[in-house]
Amino acid sequence: MAVTVAPARVPLPVADDDVRIERHGVWKRFRKHKLALGGAVVLLLTTLIAVFAKLLAPWDPNYIDQANWSGYPLAPGIAHHILGTDDAGRDLLSRLMFGAQISLTIAFFAVLMELAIGTVVGAVAGYYGGWVDYTLMRITDVFLAIPLLPLLLVLTAIVAASSNKAALGFGVIVAIIGGLSWPSVARLVRASFLSLREKEFCEAARAVGNRDLRIIFRHLLPNAVAPIIVQGTLDVAGVIILESTLSFLGFGIQPPTASWGNMLSNAESNMSIAPWVAIFPGLCILVTVLAINYLGDGLRDALDPKMK
Amino acid sequence: MILYWILNNVPGGPLGPYLANPHITPADIERLRHNFGLDQPLPVRYFRWLLALLHGELGYSTSNSESVVTAITERIPATLLLAGTAFAISLVIGITFGIIAAVKPYSWIDYLITTFAFFGQSMPVFWFALMMQLAFAVAGVTAFGYHFSLPSAGISSSDDFDLGDRLQHLVLPSLVLSLAYIAIWSRFTRSSMLEVMRTDYIRTAAAKGLDRVTIILRHGLKNAMIPVVTIVALSLPGLFSGAVVTEYIFSWPGMGRLFWNALGQFDFPLLMGYLVIVSFLVVFFNLLADVAYAWLDPRVKYD
Repeated sequence: MAVTVAPARVPLPVADDDVRIERHGVWKRFRKHKLALGGAVVLLLTTLIAVFAKLLAPWDPNYIDQANWSGYPLAPGIAHHILGTDDAGRDLLSRLMFGAQISLTIAFFAVLMELAIGTVVGAVAGYYGGWVDYTLMRITDVFLAIPLLPLLLVLTAIVAASSNKAALGFGVIVAIIGGLSWPSVARLVRASFLSLREKEFCEAARAVGNRDLRIIFRHLLPNAVAPIIVQGTLDVAGVIILESTLSFLGFGIQPPTASWGNMLSNAESNMSIAPWVAIFPGLCILVTVLAINYLGDGLRDALDPKMK
Repeated sequence: MILYWILNNVPGGPLGPYLANPHITPADIERLRHNFGLDQPLPVRYFRWLLALLHGELGYSTSNSESVVTAITERIPATLLLAGTAFAISLVIGITFGIIAAVKPYSWIDYLITTFAFFGQSMPVFWFALMMQLAFAVAGVTAFGYHFSLPSAGISSSDDFDLGDRLQHLVLPSLVLSLAYIAIWSRFTRSSMLEVMRTDYIRTAAAKGLDRVTIILRHGLKNAMIPVVTIVALSLPGLFSGAVVTEYIFSWPGMGRLFWNALGQFDFPLLMGYLVIVSFLVVFFNLLADVAYAWLDPRVKYD
């Protein structure tokens, strides 16, 4: 009786070793960058606070403490408001925690979208070259030629006007930011694909008869992933600033939903008597963005020692 | 190369749909739409707009029926003053910081400057502006027995020209605007300088017995500036468009403020005009960066 043996999937030991050595090196280099490590810890803490905001927040973020509220912000420490309240008598600390939720989620999804579009456009342009590359890159140039912030403002204004809603949905903001910021990623991916597709292993994959899609995603993309990760990390910081700027100017997340940006928009009028309302949300943005920038810097050093 | 940049000029074009599109949304006045030819199909309107653009015509503002071109050109001097001052500050401080950090790499001063650069890059502009207002305008600074406070809004206190007063009004906004650029340019100068200082011709210069200052400034800086010039040219349009936030917070009567007001009133011809001008700036400075690069570095050749 013939025994059918399932074709053994022989792992390639050499390649496997290589991978482990490579990863080990990355972690070793990353560990040396103390500030990046610190950045990672801070970011982790912020994320945890954001995720568990509901459990951690001492107050409901939209609860107006009418018993103690006099029409002006309460100072930190008064009536169990650790960081005080804003001008409407809402607990500042709780709003900051829920604001972290909003800011980080928007940043995460916007960057995810940016990376997805940018990678696909860049990969296709870089892999096929020729007129495909030319067309895609001219489109990319068009997006790059328009400064991001004014365009974002105009677009959010248009969307808000045409949907007749004062409040823009969460998803809309993610879509607008993600849909406009992909060109830099596309350029990055295209550049690495242009050089990767000339390599022997790409040639070999093609000779074996792999389809283009498989070559792009299985063979080329893993080799181009380091700069994408670095860019993505740094862009999370960029998007946090963009979103908070939009919200501060009144075009992003609308109150009463708390976001670090819109918490600052009312702070200006009371700044002389209640500076804490203006100080804390900005401090949160600064610390988070700083942490991410250090993390990105560390990742760049660790993943690609050549670029600096 | 030239063809590439000409094609790049089209960005003024694809913006067209944004101009056309919003007109449809506040579609309450059918008669006006007809008068303005807004009932024409979108491509037709777009081509008309493009044609007008070629004649240097950007249409009329819908909020105060001023010509967009005059409205914007009226505001350009104020923005130029602000952006120009910020540019000068960032250039001088940024490059100086970069050189100092690169000359003594991994020293305490290098760490100080690098840390400062990281903070500068991570600082949300609008919050920094608020903090500056809080520190210098609201609270004021007491030093040497005097109480200083700087104006936090506007370009001048009265219509009469007074240099001191103008300068006082300029301090906070230009500092706020320049912070990010000081940070970026100093980091860039540092890494570029470090690279140059490792090259053979620097060692040769040192071997010839030249003094350190000459080596750093004449041999090092000159070569290190080549990539910096590119970055500077590329970030100039951002200096103009980034002024939107700064001008908003400091009530600076420039283009950014105009853009902001137009946004509040859904004045789309004006918004379009602003975007077109800023996009042209981007393309122009991109071209300038390329030209400067080729001119400064004879090794670079475009064909």
